[in-house]
Amino acid sequence: MIQLSVFDLSLAALLVLALALTSARIYPGLAKQLLVAALRTAIQLTLIGLVLKALFANSHLLWVGLLSLLMLVVAGREVMARQHRRFAGRWGYGIGVVSMFVSSFTVALFALIVVVGNEPWYQPQYAIPLLGMLLGNTMNGIALALDRLTQSAWEQRDVIEARLMLGYSASEAVSGIQQQVFRSGLIPIINAMAAAGIVSLPGMMTGQILAGAEPVEAVKYQILIMFLVSAGSGFGTLAAVHLAVRRLFDERQRLRLDRLQR
Amino acid sequence: MSRAALGDLSFSLSESELVCLSGPSGTGKTLMLRSLADLDVSQGSVYLQGVQREQMPPTEWRRQVGYLAAESRWWSETVGEHFPRVQADIFNQLGFEDEVLGWQAERLSSGERQRLALARLLSNQPRILLLDEPTANLDPVSTQRVERLVTDYLRRNRAACLWVTHAADQIQRIASRVLYLDSHGLAEEKPA
Repeated sequence: MIQLSVFDLSLAALLVLALALTSARIYPGLAKQLLVAALRTAIQLTLIGLVLKALFANSHLLWVGLLSLLMLVVAGREVMARQHRRFAGRWGYGIGVVSMFVSSFTVALFALIVVVGNEPWYQPQYAIPLLGMLLGNTMNGIALALDRLTQSAWEQRDVIEARLMLGYSASEAVSGIQQQVFRSGLIPIINAMAAAGIVSLPGMMTGQILAGAEPVEAVKYQILIMFLVSAGSGFGTLAAVHLAVRRLFDERQRLRLDRLQR
Repeated sequence: MSRAALGDLSFSLSESELVCLSGPSGTGKTLMLRSLADLDVSQGSVYLQGVQREQMPPTEWRRQVGYLAAESRWWSETVGEHFPRVQADIFNQLGFEDEVLGWQAERLSSGERQRLALARLLSNQPRILLLDEPTANLDPVSTQRVERLVTDYLRRNRAACLWVTHAADQIQRIASRVLYLDSHGLAEEKPA
C-alpha cells in the first residue's frame, strides 16, 4: 500500500479550507463548524489510531472490553443528543444504551466466535472495527426510531387516547405508530443493502481493496458486515421501540407524555 | 398545556340517571372526566357497582366507563373501521343511513364527527357515559337527536351519564340533577 505522508493529508486539507473560505461569504457560522469538524476528525482519528496501535501490540481482553464499553457510552450519549423529545431522567440515556448493548454486543460476539472464529476470539484487529461498524449503524437506527416514536406520540396523543377510550390496549393504541417507527429504523440499512455494489462501493470494502486485498475476499467481508449490521440495527431498534413504548404507558395503560422532557 | 388541579370532591351516579356538570371553564371539568375514565393519573377511589377501578383491567374499565372528548378523533380511512361493533339502530336514531359506515372519515362535518363519535362510544355498551360538551358543535335538530338517543340509551341499559354543558335550556331538558364545579369545589345545585 502506498504510504500517505502528513504533506499528502495537508493537500487534502486544502480542499476543506477552500470550501470553508468559499462558504464563509454565504454562511460564516457554517464555515466555522466545517473547520471545527475537520479538526476533530484529524485529532480523533489520530488518537484512535494510536490507541489501536497500542491495543494490537497488547491484545488483552480487558483492554478490548474497556474500549468497547467506552464506545458504547459515547454511542449512548449520541442517541440521547439526537432526540428532540427524549425521556426524562435515566431512561433518556438507558433505553439507547441497553438496546445497543443487547443487539450490537450479541451480534459482534456471534460474528467473532462463530463466524470468523479467530484465536483468541477478541483479537482487537477484528473485534474493534467490527463492533465499531455495528454500533455506528445501530446507533443511527435507534436514534431515528426513538426520535420518531416520541415525536409521533406527542403529535398524535389525541388519537392514541381516543383509541384508549374505546377500550384499546396500549399496544393496540400505538400499533400504527410502532410500525412506522420500526420501518424508519430499518430503512437505512435496507437501502444500503439494496444499493450496495451498484450505486455505492461500501467504505470497508473500498478500504480493504486500497490496502491491497483481493476484491473477492474484500467483498465477502463486506457481505458479512452488511448482514451483521442489518441484524444488529434491526434487533436494536426492535428492543429500543419495545422499551420506549413500555415507558410511554404506565401500569394502568395511561399515555404518560409527562415522562418526556419538555 | 395548563391543567387545573382538582381539590377533594365526591359524588355518585345512580342507574339511568343523567347528571349535568356545569361551571366556569378552567375549573377542571374535563380533567375530572378524564380522571374518571382513567386517562389521567388521579388520587382517590372510583367504584363501578361496588368494584374498585384498580381491580378491573384498564381496557375493561374504559369500555364500561366511556368518555367522549369534546373533539373526536378519527384515524382510519372509513367510518366503519372505527367501530368495534356495529348496531344499525344507533345510526338511525342519530339520523344516519347504514351506508354511513363506508363514508370517508376525513370528509365528515364537525357535527357528523361528533354524532358518529357518540355512536362509536355507545357501540361498546358502556355502563357510564362521560360526555364532554357533546352537542357544542351541533344544530338544534341534531342536538335534540343526541339528547334523545342518550336518554333512551340510559333507560334501556340502566346506565348513568355525566354530561358537561353550559346551556341552561339543555340542563332544563335533560338533567335529573346538576353538579356545579368551580374553584371552591363541587356542589349540587337544587332544582329551581
